Amino acid sequence: MSLAYNPGLQSQENVEVHKYYTGTIVGSAVLAIVLQAFLHKYGHWTEFVELPLLVTIYFGVSRRNPASGLLLGAAIGILQDALSHDNPIGFYGIAKTFVGYVASSVGARIDMEHPVSRFALIVVLFHFHQIVLAITSRALLNRPEAFFNLHLLIASLVSGGLGVLLFALLDRLRRPV
Amino acid sequence: MVDIPTRRRPLALLAIVVVAQVLLLAFQVRHGGAARDKNVPLIRYWAVETIMPLERAASWMFSGVGGVWSGYIDLRHERKQNIDLRAENGELKLRNHELETEFEEARRMDALLQFRHEHPEAPMAVAEVVATTRAMVAAHVMGGSADPASHTVFINRGAHDGIRREMGVITPDGIVGKIVEVFPHAAQVQLISDRESGVGAMFAASHAHGIVKGTGDPDPQMDYIVNEERVQPGDEIITSGDDRIFPKGLSVGVVADDKAASPFQVIHIRTAAHLDRLEDVLVLLTSRDLNLKSVSEPSAAHAEPSNSKVPSSGAAQHQAAPAAKLSKPGATASPKTTGPKTASPKPETQKPAAVKAATPTSTISKPAAPKAPDSQPAGRTN
Repeated sequence: MSLAYNPGLQSQENVEVHKYYTGTIVGSAVLAIVLQAFLHKYGHWTEFVELPLLVTIYFGVSRRNPASGLLLGAAIGILQDALSHDNPIGFYGIAKTFVGYVASSVGARIDMEHPVSRFALIVVLFHFHQIVLAITSRALLNRPEAFFNLHLLIASLVSGGLGVLLFALLDRLRRPV
Repeated sequence: MVDIPTRRRPLALLAIVVVAQVLLLAFQVRHGGAARDKNVPLIRYWAVETIMPLERAASWMFSGVGGVWSGYIDLRHERKQNIDLRAENGELKLRNHELETEFEEARRMDALLQFRHEHPEAPMAVAEVVATTRAMVAAHVMGGSADPASHTVFINRGAHDGIRREMGVITPDGIVGKIVEVFPHAAQVQLISDRESGVGAMFAASHAHGIVKGTGDPDPQMDYIVNEERVQPGDEIITSGDDRIFPKGLSVGVVADDKAASPFQVIHIRTAAHLDRLEDVLVLLTSRDLNLKSVSEPSAAHAEPSNSKVPSSGAAQHQAAPAAKLSKPGATASPKTTGPKTASPKPETQKPAAVKAATPTSTISKPAAPKAPDSQPAGRTN
C-alpha cells in the first residue's frame, strides 16, 4: 500500500525525495499557466480546471520540502495574478503559497503515490485554496468570494480526477534514482 | 541575530512570503484605483511579454494544425468558402448597422433642418464635428486570463498597432468588451460579462437607457430599468453611446429573462457576440470622445489628422472615411457622432426649448452656407 503514515519521519532525509530533470518544474509551471490561459478562451467549462494549482500540489508533494514548495506556490500564484486583470498581485500568490507549504508538509509525512490518496489530497487542497482566496478577498479586497458552493464542489472533483491523470503523467518526468 | 531552529525555518519562510504578499496586496488595493489608470505594473508587463510569445506560439500551432487538418484534408474548399462567407457576412452586418444608424441620423438632421427653416427666429449655436475617425483593426484572440473567474482575453494587437485603452472591441454579431491593458504586441480585453464591466445601452424599440453590467457569469445584466418599463424576452438591446467607448446602435444582445425587483428590474441578457468562443474580433480605434467644436473657435483644429491612430497597412484593417461635418448640407455622420444627447427619435415634435436642452453641443448650422468648411462664420448664427 502506497498510502502510509510515517510518524517518526520528521526530517526529509528519511523519506524518498523525487528528483526531476533540469527545468522540469519551471517548465511544467509555465506550461500549466500558458495552458490555463490558452484554454480559457474555449469556454466557461475551463473554470472547473485549475492547472496551476495541480502543478503546485504535485511538486509540493513530490519534493517534500516546505520551503521550496511554498516558494514554487508563490511564484506560480504571482504569475497567475500577473496574467489576470481583476486581481492585484498576490491574490493567488498568497493562496498558492499556503497550498505549496501544506502540500509539501503533507508529502513529507504521507506517501502520496496512490491515486485515491492523490484524489483526496487534491480535493481537500482545492477547497483549502478557495478558503484562503475567500478570506483574502473579503479581508483585503472587500469582495464577496464564496467559501463553498456547488460549483466549487464540482470544480474540486473535476480537478481531482484531472489531477490524478496529470500526476501520473508528471511521474514520468522523474529522474531515475 | 535571531537563531531560528531548522525545523521552524520553513514556517518562518512561509510567514515572510505571505506577509510580503499581503503588504504588496495592501499597497495595490490602497492605490489601485488611480494607479491602474496610469501605468501597467512592471510585473504584469514582464509576465505578459514573457508569456505572450508562448501564447502566440500555442495559438499559432493550434491554428496551424487545425487549419491543415480541417482546411486541407477534411473539409478542403468548403471550410475556406465558409470562412470567406462568414467574413463577408460579418462585414455586411457591420455595414448594415452603419447604414441604419446613418439613415436615422440623416432623418433626425433633416427634421432639425426643417425645424430650423420653419423657426428662423429660434437662436441656435453652430457647431461642427471635427476629426472623428471610424476605423477598426482586426485581431485574433490568443488566450484568456489565467484566473478561471476572470472574463478577459488577450488579443494579438497592441500599442504598435494603434491599440489604446478604453477602445471598444466588437464582432460582427455584437460588442465584446473594451481594452483594459495595452502591451507592445498584445492587449487585454475585458469582456462585457466581466464583473467589473459596464456598457451604456438601451432598448432598440423603446430607447429606454440603462447599463449592461457583467456579473461574472456568462450572461450580463441590464441595470437601471424601472419596473414600469415593459420588457419582453427577446427584446433587442443596443449600445447607447453613453459610455463614449462604443458608437450608438451596435448590438449588445437580447433579453433572456426579466423579473421585477426594487427599485429596478433584473434583466438577464443573452449576448449577441459568442463570448465563450471568440476567435477573431475587431477593435474600434476610436478611444477619443466625440470632438464637437464650435466654429467660433479657430479652425486650426480642422487640420488634425483624422486617421492618426490608424495603422498604415494590413489587409485585415478596415478604415472608414472621417465623418462628415454636420455643418455641410446633406452630409451624414458616423455612428460615433450620434451620442445620447442628439435629438430624440421624433424631433419633429420638439419645441425650440427642447431642442436646445437636448442638444447642448451638437446643434446644427445653417444648411445653405456655401463657404468652405474651414471658413465657416464664427459665433452663433440665427
